[in-house]
Amino acid sequence: MAILANSLAENPRNDKPAIKRRPTGLGAALQDAAITAMLAFGLFLPLIGFETVTDIHNDLILRTRWPLLLAVVGAVGSGRLAYALLLAPRLHARAGRPIAAAPPAWQAAVGRWFVPFAIGFVVIYPALAVSIAGKGGSVKWIDNFGIQILIYVMLGWGLNIVVGLAGLLDLGYVAFYAVGAYAYALLAKTFGLAFWILLPVAGILASFWGILLGFPVLRLRGDYLAIVTLAFGEIIRLVLINWVALTNGYAGITGIPRPTFFGIPFNADDDGFAAVFGLPFTPLYRVIFLYYIILALALLTAFVTVRLRRLPVGRAWEALREDEIACRSLGINTTNTKLTAFAMGAMFAGFAGCFFATRQGFISPESFTFMESATILSIVVLGGMGSQIGVAIAAVVMIGGTEISRNLDFLKHVFGPTFDPTQYRMLVFGFAMVVIMVWRPRGLISSREPSVFLKERKTIGADMVKEGRG
Amino acid sequence: MSEQQTTAAADALLRVEHLTMRFGGLLAVDDLCFDVAAGSITALIGPNGAGKTTVFNCITGFYKPSRGRLALRHGDAAVWNTLEALTDSGARSAASHGGALYLLERMPDYLVAQQARVARTFQNIRLFPGMTVLENLLVAQHNPLMLASGYTLLGVLGFPSYRQAEREAIDRARNWLDRIGLLSRADDAAGDLPYGAQRRLEIARAMCTDPVLLCLDEPAAGLNPRESAELNELLLTIRNEFGISLLLIEHDMSVVMEISDEIAVLDYGVKIATGKPAAVRNDPKVIAAYLGVAEEQVEAAEAEAGL
Repeated sequence: MAILANSLAENPRNDKPAIKRRPTGLGAALQDAAITAMLAFGLFLPLIGFETVTDIHNDLILRTRWPLLLAVVGAVGSGRLAYALLLAPRLHARAGRPIAAAPPAWQAAVGRWFVPFAIGFVVIYPALAVSIAGKGGSVKWIDNFGIQILIYVMLGWGLNIVVGLAGLLDLGYVAFYAVGAYAYALLAKTFGLAFWILLPVAGILASFWGILLGFPVLRLRGDYLAIVTLAFGEIIRLVLINWVALTNGYAGITGIPRPTFFGIPFNADDDGFAAVFGLPFTPLYRVIFLYYIILALALLTAFVTVRLRRLPVGRAWEALREDEIACRSLGINTTNTKLTAFAMGAMFAGFAGCFFATRQGFISPESFTFMESATILSIVVLGGMGSQIGVAIAAVVMIGGTEISRNLDFLKHVFGPTFDPTQYRMLVFGFAMVVIMVWRPRGLISSREPSVFLKERKTIGADMVKEGRG
Repeated sequence: MSEQQTTAAADALLRVEHLTMRFGGLLAVDDLCFDVAAGSITALIGPNGAGKTTVFNCITGFYKPSRGRLALRHGDAAVWNTLEALTDSGARSAASHGGALYLLERMPDYLVAQQARVARTFQNIRLFPGMTVLENLLVAQHNPLMLASGYTLLGVLGFPSYRQAEREAIDRARNWLDRIGLLSRADDAAGDLPYGAQRRLEIARAMCTDPVLLCLDEPAAGLNPRESAELNELLLTIRNEFGISLLLIEHDMSVVMEISDEIAVLDYGVKIATGKPAAVRNDPKVIAAYLGVAEEQVEAAEAEAGL
């Protein structure tokens, strides 16, 4: 770890003078590549160079993998050489040019048509999936891709209110998702209440917990806020694990009522959906029904957020992100403003959690680990804080990417039958995140659309917009 | 509070009485008393570190004073008679005689702005740089707009009453932008504006909160002579046209001497002089505090500065 940290810390320092001196010469590039290769050798020697295996006597023996190590170090070195010779001069030339404050015109044109097109696409997506993949094959596409991605789009949009608009870094967002899920599961199982009644209840309970979290963290900013929200997420998870009498602990809650179509269940019985409408039974109907529920919920989230941004409360959130002291000097109650942001964000997580419980039919604390919070937060950060479209794109890429990696069986022919692409998911994510942070440090869509305008709507460049310190 | 003082300061809008602010061992402001007369421009001057901004932070609720009373009136001057009763009652404010009294030291910062209607600007400009100029002015009208949007509920549902209120808020903002000459830049990011324009915008934003008292912390800092003259005009307009009292901290003597009616001089947290500009300018204590040199040199420096 120390080596890694060092190399991360050293690299920028090595780069900067190198770029300034413009190492166009082959000698400088070779030297640069040699240093990088040596660094890679030091890093990968223990990681790749050695391997422990059990032999036939069940003893652990150490094996060396010199060819593989050499190949990796060679790849790193030659990659660096190619970068220094080909890419660095070009990057240097570009760095000299002034950065355009506003995005180019084609982006505005794409932006105008993108949203209606995207909404149209997601509305007809199940029909497309059925017509292309057939009734049997489309379940996977609608369930694993459509529903799964839309859940994270909704969670991303919800967290976007807290992180992107109000500028409050929340690392425990999954707690509210869990509150929503357990609220539905417990209330539906205990009292037999319907999904549509419990949906607002779950939202209200989650936003109640959002306010409860909000109070102690009102005075905290930045790192401290992040740590406390992280701890809050863990507290909720640990309570769910340990309060066995209520939550059944690790075993989770099974048999959660599934949603019904105006009281008609989606099962193979005589009074089931298929039988009532005279259709042959298939699980597809339920999946499509769930798809449209989560689509409606996600669109509701987007609609409400867009509306809120144009209302005083939304402007106050953004003003809070920009400068809290100025807000207070203008008579804005920053306590209430922060709490409404937490409550709003938590409410949408509660809705999503409620939906998650009814879709899965089974929930356990394993679904609400810190990993989930981190995934949702990285969706928001990668997409561009405050940007709805950016967050949606990031969710499609991150969650869609995860699902696709489960379906890359052909790679087994290349890398051998033991190769499991899903295990490399985090590696790919990490790499993608580094690329995004280098290429667009403020996320995919980092510019800000003003909430109101007098003559023309001018997009505000990312360099002006603050990230918020809290 | 003696009876005599009460009558002497009947036209006061803000009374600062025995204001003391202590930070640990440091006595930043010591037993400071002064009044801001209604409809006046009062300047608070003094060398660096004299405690001027601390006084501002106490008045606007950002600091809670260690000791002292900060009383502000709305409406009729007769409400001053209820000051002692209000102080003893332990409440923050009281309304009577077609007016109201506020004890600012008892109020949190946002209520000082929202209820007592004291607006302020900052020494280091504090705009919302990532929001447009127009949005900055709408954030300043947060409280009336919040009410009009039914605390967000009616607004989300799209009730027309909110849209009407927003149109009025935009009109008010447009009016102020016209006054400060920034109408053509209404849709630009506030952080994109040049320095002088940011200073004017901050004043306009404070004015959009509909204050009775406007506190300006070094409004002329970093302005060139022409901008400084424009600022004078703007401040006089605010006072004459809107009847708003101004309290300003300033180092630029061309601003202070030209427009202020009353000056209070602070040195090491203690008030060393108070009075009309002409009197303060010739006060030997003030000259010593500022320059700490012999008389001839002061005159030479003054002549150079055109005073």
